[in-house]
Amino acid sequence: MILVIAEQQNGTLNRTSLETLAAAQQTGAEVKVAVLGADVAALAATLAAARVAEVLGVQGAALDPYTLDGYVGVLAKVVQAERPDHVFLPHTYQTRDFAPALAVKLGMALVTDCVSTRWQDGQLIVARPMFQGRLYADVAPIGPALVTFQIGAVRADSLVDGSAPAPIRALVVVFDAGAIRQKPEAPFREAKQAVDLTQAERIVAVGRGIKEQDKIEMARQLATAIGAELGASRPICDAGWLPMDRQVGSSGQTVAPKLYLALGISGAIQHLVGMKGARTIVAINKDPEAPIFEIADFGIVGDLFEVVPAMIKELQG
Amino acid sequence: MKIAVCIKQVPTRDWQPRVNDDRTWVRDQDASFELNEPDAYALEEGLRLKEKHGGEVVVCSAGPARVAQALREALARGADRAIHVEDDALVTGDAFAVAGALASAMRDEQFDLVLTGLQSDDQGFAQTGVVLAETLGIAAATIIMEVDVQAGAVRVKRELEGGWFQFVTLPLPAVLTIQSGINQLRYATLKGIMAAKKKEIRKVAPPADLASRQRIVSLYVPEKKKHTEMIGGSATDAAKELVRRLRDEARVIS
Repeated sequence: MILVIAEQQNGTLNRTSLETLAAAQQTGAEVKVAVLGADVAALAATLAAARVAEVLGVQGAALDPYTLDGYVGVLAKVVQAERPDHVFLPHTYQTRDFAPALAVKLGMALVTDCVSTRWQDGQLIVARPMFQGRLYADVAPIGPALVTFQIGAVRADSLVDGSAPAPIRALVVVFDAGAIRQKPEAPFREAKQAVDLTQAERIVAVGRGIKEQDKIEMARQLATAIGAELGASRPICDAGWLPMDRQVGSSGQTVAPKLYLALGISGAIQHLVGMKGARTIVAINKDPEAPIFEIADFGIVGDLFEVVPAMIKELQG
Repeated sequence: MKIAVCIKQVPTRDWQPRVNDDRTWVRDQDASFELNEPDAYALEEGLRLKEKHGGEVVVCSAGPARVAQALREALARGADRAIHVEDDALVTGDAFAVAGALASAMRDEQFDLVLTGLQSDDQGFAQTGVVLAETLGIAAATIIMEVDVQAGAVRVKRELEGGWFQFVTLPLPAVLTIQSGINQLRYATLKGIMAAKKKEIRKVAPPADLASRQRIVSLYVPEKKKHTEMIGGSATDAAKELVRRLRDEARVIS
């Protein structure tokens, strides 16, 4: 049996959780899904539409607000009681926070950032990127494992509904809130976002290959010439060359424009998950083996400081 | 304040990894190595906290002999001393093996605060810091963008997804995994490099019972799922052709 831990925020399931549930279905194993929170009855009913053996609505005072210790304390009890062969989770920041501690507590393996699974002689084999996505590894967890699924690894719309609603079991897990060491405050957003890249039809994005802050002006000119917004990979925003609201990727925004033009972006997995839904992807990079070319529709291997000015000239000509 | 910073040495970002003959690891004989970038931010944060609160910064790493070079680099940037759990097998080890090795060498030191990068550029598990915390029996918080040390506690700014943040307070000792971009990195000065030569790197043997909980069955170059039209020629020709295709074929610009 595979137990899926669905993630919710303020009563909404995140999409990666549905993708992870679909991935569990596709293994062919029996699937149960658990959703955790202060009040999860409505979400459990939503999940019960999927073809699963059972939905666990796990409630407990230790679960809201989210804390690492609270989740580990509650989930350890749930997993020990259910005894799944493997536990599937979405590879979100929240999972990244608690799953390693849960694995230690349960003595289980933890295989992160999974893109696909298969069975080989009864053994679960998990494919995951390594070396910034330049290579992939087929990994065999030793014994029962927690497996986290990368955003977009499986399509959420491939989730199969059941012929009848699955049974729902409400579980109340008691965990001493006094044992929770993390004292969280309310989540907040930084200063108002000046730009909403999720609404942009075209994006010109810059990465490490732009080399100098002064060179961003060249990318800006190209963006203006094609009616695009300017975006960036994480290192550019880390360096303060562009504000954080321009950042595309797992820690920034997920975008799906008509055109995504990547300048000097190698295509680390954290960036790709934020833009691979773009309809047309163009990559200009000096490194022919940059992972960005794997998902590009059009590619130019070359010096962006020559290609981009030539493009601007052509567009203005 | 006694601060540990756990660092990993990884192949440089521009190195193109090649798979070895039995397809279980890379041919890293020809690689050059550097300090894992998120760990460099953790080190910088540790140095800043020491400057503010006093105490010492101890860099810790688990890996083969070559790791001494990364530790020396950290000492040159300002760390006071280093601990090196030396074992060739740790190169391919998972987070449990690496954290187990680090924990055995760090336990007796009684650090107040342990910092490390949120993930490594090589295997990219994003687990080691939290596994280390749980193994040491101390609290953890991840993906940290701000660290404020208070009496017996630390208040940190956690990065959540989609531009959201959250402050969390946790008791010391604690492990924090640091997000890249939390600060501006310093580089080693000549004086720092000279001083580093006299600083201690304590070598420690790993515990005998280290075991990874996952095994690489095969390593491969990802199969291309998308057909990419590569546009060649001079920069001017390629630029012209790209503009033409975006206008006429993809119809995404006017």
